[in-house]
Amino acid sequence: MSLRGTCREVDDIAIIDFSGKITLGEGSATLRTTVRDLISKGHRKILLNLGDVDYIDSSGIGELVGAYTTVRSASGELKLVYLTKRVHDLIQITRLFTVFDVQADESSAIKSFRSA
Amino acid sequence: MTDSNQRLEVTLDTQLESVDLAENIVVRVAEEAGFGEDDLHKLGMAVREGVINAYNYGNCQDRGKKIMLAVEFEPETMIVHIVDEGCGFELSEVADPLAEENLLRTSGRGIFLMRAFMDDLAVRRGPTGGADLVLSKKLPHHVSGNGKPKSE
Repeated sequence: MSLRGTCREVDDIAIIDFSGKITLGEGSATLRTTVRDLISKGHRKILLNLGDVDYIDSSGIGELVGAYTTVRSASGELKLVYLTKRVHDLIQITRLFTVFDVQADESSAIKSFRSA
Repeated sequence: MTDSNQRLEVTLDTQLESVDLAENIVVRVAEEAGFGEDDLHKLGMAVREGVINAYNYGNCQDRGKKIMLAVEFEPETMIVHIVDEGCGFELSEVADPLAEENLLRTSGRGIFLMRAFMDDLAVRRGPTGGADLVLSKKLPHHVSGNGKPKSE
């Protein structure tokens, strides 16, 4: 199953509900184009819901880092929410918890954007 | 496939689809060998990273080159070879993706993940001079010298 992303907005926060795999090829490209598209439309607060993403490989991790730097370069904020255990473990062993703002649930994530 | 003298060898094209194919093949073989769900995930991911390495960096996405995938068993270990037709490399040359200065790099985590998910990773020189990634994982239930099954 490749990656699907559905965008919605809460206030000025763009939330993307992803499902599938973020892996080399199509999945990574979907993540990249979705985030770049939101930035080009003026969004600066982006929340990636990875609750239905069950698999990420090194290319997918690279794309997440790329999305983070893209958003930061546009003076925006990117946060992650609802990590599955495997994705959580992957982010942990690659030390990317020191990079990403990972939120436990959507309401906490929305509050953290508002308080920033 | 779990007998120590058996070996499965597959030649893959240098194309994106080979990444999923290699992962699926090794996961099926490992499943037959008795690995549990968590180990199957780790094995599959390590093989995926190995083939991505061969596809991207070894063979530089050159469709004229091949990737050789082999699975073999030693009495206590499952061994996977991923051989490309590139120029080879040394593990010592690979940058540490956990170093502060590399955390924001968008690539360079494949070797690290292979090491994290397998018991051992070695890089040898393949027959055409490319890299031969040798990934090893202890079998979940192997028979010890006294004939009694060992647990993991």
